[in-house]
Amino acid sequence: MSELLVEAAGLVKAYGDFLAVDGLDLRLSEGEVYGFLGPNGSGKSTTILMMLGLTEPTAGVVSVVGHDPMREPLEVKRQVGYLPESVGFYGDMTGRQNLLYTADLNNMRLGDAKERIDELLGMVDLTEAMNQQVGQYSRGMRQRLGLADVLLKRPRVIILDDPTLGLDPTGIQWLLGIIEELSTRQGISVFLSSHQLHEVQQVCHRVGIMSHGKIVLEGTVAELTEQTASGGFGLVLEVLGGDDGLMATLQALPSVKTCNRVGNEIVVQSGADVRAQATAAVIASGASLLGASSENRTLEEIYLRYFAGQES
Amino acid sequence: MRAIFWKELSDHFGKKRFNLMLGLVLVGVAWAAFIDKDAVVSGGTGSFYLDLFTTTDGVPLSLLSFLSFFGPIIGITLGFDSINSERTQGTLSRILAQPVYRDAVYNGKFLAGLFTLTIVVFSLGIAAVGVAMARYGLPPSGDETLRLIGFGSVTIAYLAFWLALSMAASIFLRNAVASALVSIGVWISISFFIVFAATAVADRMVPDVQDLADQARHTNVQLWVGRVSPERLFSEATGTLLDPIGGRILNPLGVAPERLQGLLMSPVSAGQSLQLVWPHIVVLLAMIASLIGVSYVRFMREEVRS
Repeated sequence: MSELLVEAAGLVKAYGDFLAVDGLDLRLSEGEVYGFLGPNGSGKSTTILMMLGLTEPTAGVVSVVGHDPMREPLEVKRQVGYLPESVGFYGDMTGRQNLLYTADLNNMRLGDAKERIDELLGMVDLTEAMNQQVGQYSRGMRQRLGLADVLLKRPRVIILDDPTLGLDPTGIQWLLGIIEELSTRQGISVFLSSHQLHEVQQVCHRVGIMSHGKIVLEGTVAELTEQTASGGFGLVLEVLGGDDGLMATLQALPSVKTCNRVGNEIVVQSGADVRAQATAAVIASGASLLGASSENRTLEEIYLRYFAGQES
Repeated sequence: MRAIFWKELSDHFGKKRFNLMLGLVLVGVAWAAFIDKDAVVSGGTGSFYLDLFTTTDGVPLSLLSFLSFFGPIIGITLGFDSINSERTQGTLSRILAQPVYRDAVYNGKFLAGLFTLTIVVFSLGIAAVGVAMARYGLPPSGDETLRLIGFGSVTIAYLAFWLALSMAASIFLRNAVASALVSIGVWISISFFIVFAATAVADRMVPDVQDLADQARHTNVQLWVGRVSPERLFSEATGTLLDPIGGRILNPLGVAPERLQGLLMSPVSAGQSLQLVWPHIVVLLAMIASLIGVSYVRFMREEVRS
């Protein structure tokens, strides 16, 4: 847990007027498993594309394994494995041939590549199917082949974009087991994007919850649970107007842990009751306070709430 | 790029489409085997190996016009789904996540296509000439060989134009069927309908044809408009290269009549014919280069989603 492998600051991606990613900050340390959670369309995939230089950030900086993915794409791609959302292989080639092609693209020596491929195919349990055409593979087999493909180049960081999508519960457990093993035994950092919090939270050291292009909650699962469990206080303020100054004021109130804004709603999490101070601060800032409610929710509930806000 | 080149090349040779190209080679061989040798020798330019490609021998098509019609299909076949099929399959984002530059993907694919075209064209030429040699008995002279090589190279450039065009279509259009249709549509319009367009423009610019001078101007306009089409550039260039007497296919009214005077009587050397069609070749290459340029600009900046 020392070296910082992925670092993003103020990352923005705009499509016309629409901000897919809106001022994102991220950090991923060596050997860490980071759960990047959020509903579909919250900007997870776009963030990943920017980390790989597959699309250009509108603003902000991102550095992966110490390099800028737009300027030095090869340095980044040599050390980062990426499993796209719907991974594709050449259907008319066998699983093994597909991996050999990847090895060739990575300039691996043939002997070394073959050895590594056999080892990986064993790991993902595809040894029997390796000489079958990928066109005949099931979705789960394809996903497993994808994982072998990602690990082939011996990456330091792997980025998995919604890898549990379309897998059955056994497949998900198997995948999570592999991820855990990769991070603990081999020290590989894993950036795991998913829209199913409960599926992945068990393996993640840290999670960040995305909503509307921003990270609205971040921390270890324990921290977030504690924050949202009965011990803490949750306050939802419905505010019209108000600027960053207001957010800073709220954040600076005693015992406030986090303070996030989505649309008109400001969610304040604190260790003590801050209702009086918080509402006073909103009014003092000149913004209109439309409503305030005190809530204590579990992490899952909060996550579902962001979900609901996103779907509309 | 090396890895992509070899993968694409083996794809080209492995696919069913390759049968199409093999068929083309076989047509050339059959042609050389079955044409009436004596009629060609007595009726043409006096060079058997060159007439082999231009003679019609009672059939409505010569081998040359056959190539100019079906060559584009080969070029389009090799390129129309090169990029968009990778996108549809979801392999493009996986390939681009490997340590390769994006232009290497385009270059590897283009060069593999070009290499395949080269193999097809030269196999066709060598096979046809080989069969003809067995029947005729004399090998082609040095001058004939140069002309044949020039002819082959222009053919490759012509097919490469269609390859570059269909690859551009495969970058701009996400759907392989759409890209094939657009490529074929462009092929039909600039190969066949350009004649009508050229006539229409000439009629407009020289509305009243009264004497020979008007007629010459009319033809000139028609010819220059027609040269927008690579098909026209190809037929003029190859027609000239395959005809040492010169200018029989290049319309004498159309291009520098003073240059052709005197040449009509006696054969010119391969070098001189090449000089005559050099502009055609340069324009053809420029067209290819601009298609590649457009494809690059689009492909390099594109966002690749899975």
